[in-house]
Amino acid sequence: MPKPKVAFYWNASCGGCEEAVVDLNEKILDVVAAVDIVFWPVALDFKRKDVEAMPDGSIAVSFINGAIRLSEQQEMTEMLRRKSGLVVAFGSCAHLGGIPGLANFTTKEKIFQRAYQLSPSTMNSEGTYPIELYQSDGHDLTLPRFFDQVLPLDRIIDVDYYLPGCPPPVDLIVAAVMAILKGELPPKGAVLSPNKALCESCERNAAKPEKLAIKEIKRVHQTELDAEKCFLEQGIVCLGPATRSGCGERCISANMPCRGCFGPTDQVKDQGAKFLSSFASLLDTNDETEIQKLVDTIVDPAGTFYRFSAPVSYLRHSK
Amino acid sequence: MFDKNFEPKIVGFLCRWCSYQGADLAGTSRLEYPPNLTPIRVMCSGRVDPSFVMRAFAQGADGVMIFGCHPGDCHYQEGNYKALRRYTMLKKMLKQFGIEEGRFRLEWVSAAEGERFARVVAKATEEIRELGPLNWSKVREAQYA
Repeated sequence: MPKPKVAFYWNASCGGCEEAVVDLNEKILDVVAAVDIVFWPVALDFKRKDVEAMPDGSIAVSFINGAIRLSEQQEMTEMLRRKSGLVVAFGSCAHLGGIPGLANFTTKEKIFQRAYQLSPSTMNSEGTYPIELYQSDGHDLTLPRFFDQVLPLDRIIDVDYYLPGCPPPVDLIVAAVMAILKGELPPKGAVLSPNKALCESCERNAAKPEKLAIKEIKRVHQTELDAEKCFLEQGIVCLGPATRSGCGERCISANMPCRGCFGPTDQVKDQGAKFLSSFASLLDTNDETEIQKLVDTIVDPAGTFYRFSAPVSYLRHSK
Repeated sequence: MFDKNFEPKIVGFLCRWCSYQGADLAGTSRLEYPPNLTPIRVMCSGRVDPSFVMRAFAQGADGVMIFGCHPGDCHYQEGNYKALRRYTMLKKMLKQFGIEEGRFRLEWVSAAEGERFARVVAKATEEIRELGPLNWSKVREAQYA
């Protein structure tokens, strides 16, 4: 029996998700023994035309990481969708928009200005910007279109499963691959990680006081972090209450608060609003001026509460 | 451009104990105020989850108002203080999304303040009218695909 075919692809991402696949270490041998990898730009020399030549539906599963920012990413993603039985959105960016999704708080014009003109290491006195079509000597040179916003994978194509995380942890990847190979699949659209809040599996939860009362909001570089106490108790923004569990508490174990890369649980649509709801209610004052003072100390609430999930929030982007 | 004919859509969350009664009083007292506010009765202003507000804006509201009991008067003792904390933080965050401050308001209205209810709704309607339509679902959406 031929082995099932698997593809990996990357869109707007940092390469960390590819790294996560490599991090399977010797477990990757089990994966390779069970499947044929037919497309993986970061590691194998297959080209776009090779995928184009495959019959529709011939790839068993495509793992696609990264958000959608360019028309080329949309094309590749749509093609892989046609060629694949299953598509898994792999990692925070494909799942939620991720860190690239923070760009939704600015505009395409401002991003281009910064990248091609204003950044300190750039000399561009003629104001040259990338354009989609350049014609020279009868030749057309084209670049993909840069969309005005960053999109999660499921705004472009139908997604079967989501593997959350920045990047997804090895045990979840292995469990997902094995479940797919055995055909033991959860309902379509499932996020392949436990549907409970991180606080439920957090080791620091047991020692947390009955009532959290935040008198001062601190940032991680402004204070010495207690390695045992709940971060919220220390006045540190920790997205645990509004974030899905299953990451193995990698950040918490390294004495860093949760930043929310797993996204919300199934019951919640808007992670940032939900976190704001719980966090604001913990502020230990009823005085209008005092509340304002505390709120003023949060430098970037949108970027902090929606660090990974702005493109899937209700508002999706700024005006 | 300021269009005086523009009729803003405003979603209002009214606490069941004070503000909804206040709104009722405005009605039974035959007070006139603009019809732009769609009232939604909630048990307490502290029940208003910030995601209700985000969703209202995302689905086409030009303004969102939360109405609660005056500080100290909450039927559940602290609910309106929770609303105040959330409101203060959410207002700052909405600004980062480009939503003008005037579009999101918190007002204290007691059951006896029908006149105040009519006044704050009239004021909000005029100020949001001046800000113009928000039209969130159209913002930036035509730019891809």
